[in-house]
Amino acid sequence: MIRLSNICKSFNDQVVLDQLNLTVEPEKITVIIGQSGCGKSVLLKHMIALIRPDSGQVIVDGEDITSLDEKGLNQTRKKFGMLFQDAALFDSMTVGDNVAFPLREHTRLSEKDIEEVVFEKLKLVGLTESFHKMPSELSGGMRKRVGLARAIALDPKIILFDEPTTGLDPIMKDAIDGLIMKTQELTQATCVVISHDIDSAFKIANKLAMLSDGRIVESGTPEEFQASKNPVVVNFIKGHAETNNQN
Amino acid sequence: MIRALEYTGRPFIYIFEEFGRIFTFLINAITWMVRPPLRLRLVFKQMESVGVQSIIVVLITAVFTGMVLALQTFYGFRMFGGEGLVGATVALSMTREIGPVFTGLMVTARAGSAMAAEIGTMRVTEQIDALYAMSVNPIQYLVMPRLVAGVLMLPFLTIVSDFIGIMGGYVVGVFLLNINPGIFMARMVDMVNLGDIFNGLIKSACFGLILSLIGCYKGFNTRGGAEGVGKATTQTVVLSCVSILISDYFLTAFMFR
Ligand SMILES: Nc1ncnc2c1ncn2[C@@H]1O[C@H](COP(=O)(O)OP(=O)(O)OP(=O)(O)O)[C@@H](O)[C@H]1O
Ligand SMILES: [Mg+2]
Repeated sequence: MIRLSNICKSFNDQVVLDQLNLTVEPEKITVIIGQSGCGKSVLLKHMIALIRPDSGQVIVDGEDITSLDEKGLNQTRKKFGMLFQDAALFDSMTVGDNVAFPLREHTRLSEKDIEEVVFEKLKLVGLTESFHKMPSELSGGMRKRVGLARAIALDPKIILFDEPTTGLDPIMKDAIDGLIMKTQELTQATCVVISHDIDSAFKIANKLAMLSDGRIVESGTPEEFQASKNPVVVNFIKGHAETNNQN
Repeated sequence: MIRALEYTGRPFIYIFEEFGRIFTFLINAITWMVRPPLRLRLVFKQMESVGVQSIIVVLITAVFTGMVLALQTFYGFRMFGGEGLVGATVALSMTREIGPVFTGLMVTARAGSAMAAEIGTMRVTEQIDALYAMSVNPIQYLVMPRLVAGVLMLPFLTIVSDFIGIMGGYVVGVFLLNINPGIFMARMVDMVNLGDIFNGLIKSACFGLILSLIGCYKGFNTRGGAEGVGKATTQTVVLSCVSILISDYFLTAFMFR
């Protein structure tokens, strides 16, 4: 379980998170929605202590990770897998080596077994033929899928996805949504997904949370969200529906 | 008056703070050096990369400085009939000063800047965050191997540079200026002792540490996209070169007393 309580975070004078509270339930998929630039990525990075809050606590499995030292953090982060918004692949390594990286670092599997796992994960994201390519030879969407394969390589207990489907075509979007749900089902992982896409958010979420003005303004099940009277939420969902109708 | 003091003082305070931060960075890297895993493969890869990147430019610099040294000293020494000392002068200058310093400067330009650019790019594209997220410490994974490679490879490159520089001096002195090769060599062997060479190598190891430390530090603290990477690279070259020359004075004053 991840619990963020009273998180404040500012960059220079810009307040990004302001007394934010959020509980991520274990073994569920929580989708965080919100406008571009409202601080979703910053929020996600707090959960794995890549960004430290100015004040407040981040509790992961009962432990406050804001006060952990480097060694303790190393232990805690091993529970996590993370997909970065821009994939953050190591550009000096092939796709295969990228996905193999966490396995080589944290398991004692033989090279042959590692290759097998890598192949299996790449197959899940439909990129087996890119095994020997360098990240610079891939499209943005392909890179994102490699990042996804790397994030789930170790079958982590907690997986953070920063916009896993942004920039993908509708068919691939569906496939990745399906992959996230399937992975969660198989490994019973706690998943936090950031999404711009309301449709897929409603489809994959067990719980939704909406970030606005540095706070979680609404959280609940998809049904509760549909029924919400909060104008910010209604506007966000409706605005989305309107743009969809225009298309 | 006080404001004027504040104004002139600020850059100095900044410089001292910066050196403090670089020093802390170094201590951090050293503590990560002694923790497992040792990551020897990465160290070898960096040693190869520093060596391969720099060897050609080091060779060219060395051979031409050796040649010009021979030429200059020859014209100077001929005035009082000291042509025989050309070999000794070239060898002493190469091993004590020019070998280590020019190698340091050239490796800064090639490998130091590359370190800043590589690590800086990894910073702005979140690859360093990705390392943290995967419980791999980037100081240990990226910085430590480069520091070790810098410290180990610079003496190696300096030996090559010393040797090639003296060769260049020999060729110019003996074949072009018709100095007696026997005298050229004999005087050289007379006057250059192992201590000179050894101290030069110690200097070069220090320069190797300086340039890789600054390259890694600047890369690691890069902010602001491609522009930031460019800035970090330029700053690395300038700061490393200045630091090498300043520390050269103090190392020399300390060692060749
Ligand atoms: N390292 C940083 N330094 C300064 N400001 C930052 C930094 N990271 C984020 N910000 C600011 O914080 C705000 C939130 O950024 P964030 O990346 O979390 O947005 P987001 O909700 O993920 O947007 P998007 O949906 O477009 O990815 C932005 O206004 C950004 O300018
Ligand atoms: Mg984002």
